[in-house]
Amino acid sequence: MSNFKLLKAPFNMENPITVQVLGICSALAVTVQIKPAIVMALSVTVVTAFSNLIISALRNTIPGRIRIIVQLVVIAALVIIVDQLLKAYVYDVSKKLSVFVGLIITNCILMGRLEAFAMANKPWPSFVDGIGNGLGYGLILVIVAFIRELLGSGSFFGHRIIPQWLYDAGYMDNGLMILPPMALITIGTIIWLQRSKNRDLIEK
Amino acid sequence: MFSNRYIFIYSSSMVVLVAIALTIVAVLLKPKQQYNQRVEKMQNILISVHIESTAKNAEDLFKKYIGESLVVDDMGNVKDGVKAFDVEMQVENKKKPEERNLPVFVCTNDNGQKFYIVPVRGKGLWGPIWGYVSFREDLNTIEGTQFGHKGETPGLGAEINTPKFQDQFVSKKILKEDGDFVSISVVKGGTPDSDEHGVDAISGGTITSKGLEAMLRDCLKEYTAYFKKIRK
Repeated sequence: MSNFKLLKAPFNMENPITVQVLGICSALAVTVQIKPAIVMALSVTVVTAFSNLIISALRNTIPGRIRIIVQLVVIAALVIIVDQLLKAYVYDVSKKLSVFVGLIITNCILMGRLEAFAMANKPWPSFVDGIGNGLGYGLILVIVAFIRELLGSGSFFGHRIIPQWLYDAGYMDNGLMILPPMALITIGTIIWLQRSKNRDLIEK
Repeated sequence: MFSNRYIFIYSSSMVVLVAIALTIVAVLLKPKQQYNQRVEKMQNILISVHIESTAKNAEDLFKKYIGESLVVDDMGNVKDGVKAFDVEMQVENKKKPEERNLPVFVCTNDNGQKFYIVPVRGKGLWGPIWGYVSFREDLNTIEGTQFGHKGETPGLGAEINTPKFQDQFVSKKILKEDGDFVSISVVKGGTPDSDEHGVDAISGGTITSKGLEAMLRDCLKEYTAYFKKIRK
């Protein structure tokens, strides 16, 4: 596959959330508002890209028997660095993301890409693959967060966009959208739409 | 195949390298992170007297409104040489009552009204809870509260940091008619608005509510002597 295809595939046909069904836990938790969702998406992208790069560069020196441990050490170190950076530069967002930044370590997308791709490919394609998968994950996060913030709080990026006259006319924000079950239903709807457009994705 | 020796050396050197890298990052970013925590503390103190601030203007607003801050002991004497802002309640609560440093922040708002803000800290269900309580000049009536928590259950105990819960404390009194200390009780099942010493507990958050009640009672009690002294 060319590098461009590596970058593009995770957006649709190989999307980590909707097709590979990885990283669902954080997708439910941090999609109440768009801003934390974007920060989370960028954090995951940085970690997947660099862990792919590092593991791919080391792949011929990593002893097979301890490869999972080596992968985890690399991921954990990167996640801690990202967490520290967030605490230093976007403190309010890092408080909202709370434990979920730390939990990037256990995000299945990371280990999945390292095992399936970085251990068998050169550093540059691995780096691109990491970016692609991180952004593919981020895309779904942002779509879900957009829908939930719009319907749940009537706002976009924290700014109120549903006009007051609509509220006066009896419109109400849907409190259920803020709760995790609606994130699951939203993701389910996205998977349904995607599969009805791409028949190849439907299992026989 | 890699030898055991190789694996051993490989993993040890990897761990050492990662440790060095993480140490460097942590040390470099520490000043910035501590600054963020200080700003958050200022914002929390300000919000207890209903002054909204952002991370950017918190420091200026804090300087403008919090004219005076002091540390007192449980006998009501002012302690010299301790900065009120740097006192950590987490540390103080472990000390013996007579050794504790008790910070007081004095705020003067735009209308010239004077408020006394004191920190409180206690135990919730899952971890620590904390907050700031501000008093009007009579040192009896609560002007506002701000509560925070480490990890109370979202939707239940975590509701203590919502305006809905915190606003209940406004205008409540910590002293009985005859001047004895009663604190504020958090009442399960609700309490009429006319009750000067009670607020409605959180449904499903009984242990957090009880913890908050104990926190207010224990922490505010220590200020009794100081409050008596400056109350006219």
